[in-house]
Amino acid sequence: MKTLIIIPVYNESANISKILDEIAEMFPQYDALVVNDASTDGSGRIAEENGKAAVVNLPFNLGIGGAVQTGFKYGRDRDYDIALQFDGDGQHQVSEIKKLVSVIEEGGADVVIGSRFNEKTVGFTTHTLRRIGIRIFQGFSYLMIGQKITDHTSGFRAYNRRSFCFLANHYPTDFPEPEVVILLGRNHFVIKEVFTQMLRRQGGVSSIPLAKGPYYMIKVMLAMFMASIRSRIITDNKKL
Amino acid sequence: MGEISQIQIVAITVSLLLFLFIMYLVRSQRLKEEYSLLWIFFSLVFILFSFWRSGLDYISDFLGVAYPPAALFMILLMAIFLILIEFSIIISKLADKNKSLAQEIGMLKERLKKIEKRS
Repeated sequence: MKTLIIIPVYNESANISKILDEIAEMFPQYDALVVNDASTDGSGRIAEENGKAAVVNLPFNLGIGGAVQTGFKYGRDRDYDIALQFDGDGQHQVSEIKKLVSVIEEGGADVVIGSRFNEKTVGFTTHTLRRIGIRIFQGFSYLMIGQKITDHTSGFRAYNRRSFCFLANHYPTDFPEPEVVILLGRNHFVIKEVFTQMLRRQGGVSSIPLAKGPYYMIKVMLAMFMASIRSRIITDNKKL
Repeated sequence: MGEISQIQIVAITVSLLLFLFIMYLVRSQRLKEEYSLLWIFFSLVFILFSFWRSGLDYISDFLGVAYPPAALFMILLMAIFLILIEFSIIISKLADKNKSLAQEIGMLKERLKKIEKRS
């Protein structure tokens, strides 16, 4: 199956080349696409010079949501069967890609999220406050869509063609990761999680600074709530 | 209608000028027709009430507002609210289109670069 690895980058010049080299080495059968979200540190140029991935340079900064959606549109236009989102900040490990892709290949789900919390987490300790926040998300989304999702903020995800084509047309921009979970759940896509090891970020800064945590949580829950009251786009209730 | 007071003359002049100004903007194509509808509607409302003074009394009576000018403020506030909401809708739409354009431009440039390299 034709598989596209979408790597959204914003000022990740320190990581990007290494990631592309690793992907090319471990998964030569997959294509990589770097979506450079108007970086100011030459990330786009570095990716182009690396030569192992297609590079789309956005004319101005759209945020992570707009960047990932660009990848889905690219995948849709070029007939990919599977799209995988792989964040360019060094948190995700290339070696874990196969875990996600194989679930999609076997038809086990429409979407697979690489979760930090499914098994006893090794090598990743997150702050207590962040853990509490994550718990609250879990309960909240279970109420909203009836599927148990443990890691809403993970940007490590694989999609089958039907789900990423859907997202190419409808992608939330404010807090894309948790909102996408609700959006897909509400439209009867089957979401699965697999445990993946993640590293602490190697460069760049978190999109969620800890001090702004509670504020972020409220905004995200509001956005998730909004996503859940939005009218369904796919209305037939049949299991797909 | 009783005698015309000074404030009524001011109100009539201002609301007529507002109406004419909006029509002028539409005519000179500086304001799109679809975005002018609410403005035209409310400037007509203002014209109506500046001529028909007892109308304001009717309305305030009907709404149970003790002080008729307060009803005018309420209408005014509602007008501003509606128009601002319309603006928010328009901005959201534009932001969405703007995003799509940026994405398309990015993908087209990538395609173009590939083609240029090949030739």
